Amino acid sequence: MTAAAATRAYPTVWRRPPLIERTWLRWAITGGAVLYLVLSVGSLEINWARLSEGLERGWRFLIAFAQPDFVSRWDDILDGMIESLTMTVTSTAIGIALSIPIGVGAARNLAPLPVYLACRAFIAVSRSFQEVIIAILFVAMVGFGPLAGFLTLTLSTMGFLAKLLAEDIEDIDPGQAEAIRATGGTWLQLVNYGVQPQVMPRLIGLSMYRFDINFRESAVVGIVGAGGIGATLNTALDRYEFDSAAAILVIIIVIVMACEYTSSVVRRHIK
Amino acid sequence: MPVIRTAEDGFDWRLRTPRAVLLRWVGWFALVALTVSCWQLMTADTIWSFVTDAPTQGADIVDRMMPPRWDYMAKLWWPLWDTINIATLGTLAAVIMGVPVAFLAARNTTPSVTLVRPVALLIIVSSRSINSLIWALLLVSILGPGVLAGIVAIALRSIGFIGKLLYEAIEEIDVTQVEAVTASGAGPTQVMDYAIVPQIMPAFAGITVFRWDINIRESAVVGLVGAGGLGLQLEASLNTLAWPQVSLILLVILATVLLSEWLSAKVRHAII
Repeated sequence: MTAAAATRAYPTVWRRPPLIERTWLRWAITGGAVLYLVLSVGSLEINWARLSEGLERGWRFLIAFAQPDFVSRWDDILDGMIESLTMTVTSTAIGIALSIPIGVGAARNLAPLPVYLACRAFIAVSRSFQEVIIAILFVAMVGFGPLAGFLTLTLSTMGFLAKLLAEDIEDIDPGQAEAIRATGGTWLQLVNYGVQPQVMPRLIGLSMYRFDINFRESAVVGIVGAGGIGATLNTALDRYEFDSAAAILVIIIVIVMACEYTSSVVRRHIK
Repeated sequence: MPVIRTAEDGFDWRLRTPRAVLLRWVGWFALVALTVSCWQLMTADTIWSFVTDAPTQGADIVDRMMPPRWDYMAKLWWPLWDTINIATLGTLAAVIMGVPVAFLAARNTTPSVTLVRPVALLIIVSSRSINSLIWALLLVSILGPGVLAGIVAIALRSIGFIGKLLYEAIEEIDVTQVEAVTASGAGPTQVMDYAIVPQIMPAFAGITVFRWDINIRESAVVGLVGAGGLGLQLEASLNTLAWPQVSLILLVILATVLLSEWLSAKVRHAII
C-alpha cells in the first residue's frame, strides 16, 4: 500500500453517483445547455407593450371561460360540430378499412419483400408530415370543405394504424401461424385463423384511440379551410368573441373526454 | 363454442351461437349505416366537379413546386432557429409546469385524492384535448403574433402529455423502496428525493425527449396561425402562391423532423 492511498480517507458520508459519470461530458452538456438557453432566450423578440395589453385580454378570456356563450352562435357551432363528427366517423371507418391491407403488407412475416418495401414506404411518407400540412395540399386540390379534411384524416389514419398493425403482426406468437400452415391452410386462411385472432383486441383498441385522435385533429384542419369546428373557432377568435370560443372549447373537451371514457370501457371489455 | 345438431349426420361444430352471429351482423350493419349516413351528411355541399378535377390540380401543384427555390434558404435559417426554440423552450416550460401536476395527479403522491386529484386530472385532460395549433390560435389572439405565443402554446399542450405519462409512471413505482426509505426515518421530502424520483427518472427523461420530438413537428406548423417559426414563412408563401418556396419549406420541415426523430431515438437509447 502506498502512502498516497493510505492518506486518502475512507469516505464516511454516502454520496449519490452523478447522472453522467464522465466529468468533462457532464460539464460540456451543462455548459452547452446554459449557452443555448442564453442564446435562445436572448433571441426572443418580445413586444412588452403588446403583451401587457394582451394580459388584459387573457383575463377577459378566462372570465369568458367561466361563462361560455353557447346560444348566440349556436347555429354556426352546430354546423361545425356536425362537420367535425361526420368527418371523424367516415375517415376513421374508411381509414381503418384501408389500413388493414397495408398493415398486412408491411409485416415481414406475411408479405414478400417487394410488397413489404412498398407498404413501408407508403407508411413512412404518410407519417412524415403534420395533418395540417397535408390538409393544405388537399384543400388546394379538392377545394374548401369537409371533404379535404376527410381525405387528410383518412391518409393519416392509414399511416398510423398500418404501422402499429404491422408491428403487432410481426410480434405474434409464430406457433399458432405454424399450426395453421401445418394443416395445409392457404395464405388467406393463415391470416384469418392464425393472425387475425391474435391482433384483433389490439386493433380494436387502436381504432378507438384513432377515433379520438381524428376528432381532435378534425378541430384543427378547419383552420386551413378543410371544414369542421376549427373554422368556427377561428372565426370566433378573429372577432374576439371569447365567450363563443370558450363554448366551442368546452364542447371539444367534453367530447374528447367522452371518447376516452368509452374507449377505456371498450378496451377493458375486450381484454 | 356451441355444437349444433344438424339433420343428416348428427353434430356440427360452430364458432359462435346463432344469436351471437345475428348480433354481430346487426352491429356491423349499424356501423356501416352510420358511416354511410355520415358520408351523405358530410358531402351534401361538396362540389364534385372540383373533386373530379383533383388529379389535374394535384399534378399542376407538383409541377409548380418543382424545382424548389434553393436560394430562398437564406431567409429560412432564422425561422428554423425560432422553430427549434419554440419546441425546446416550450418543452422546458411544460416540464416545469407538468411535473408538479403529475405529482398532484398520482394516487400515491397526491395530497388529497378527493380534492386535489380531480383538479389535476382536469388540467391534464383539458390540455390534452386541445391541439397545439388551437392553443396557438388562442394565444396569438391574446398575446399577439410572435414566437412567445408559439412557446406558450406548445407548453400548454405538452403539460397534459407529460403530466399523464408521468403520473402513470409514478403510480407504477415499486412501493418497497418507498417503505425502506421511510423505515430509515426519512421525512416526506427525503422519501420523494431518494425513493420516488430515482425510480421515475428514466421514464421522465424518455417522456421529455419524446415530447420534444413531437414538439419539433408541431412548432413547424404553429406559425400558420401567426405563432412564429417556419409555419409563418409557409403561410406567407402559400398566400402569395409561391409554390417553389412552399416545396423548399416542406423539405426543410421534413429534414428537421427526421433529424429530431433520429436525435431523440439516440438520446432515449442512451438513457434507458
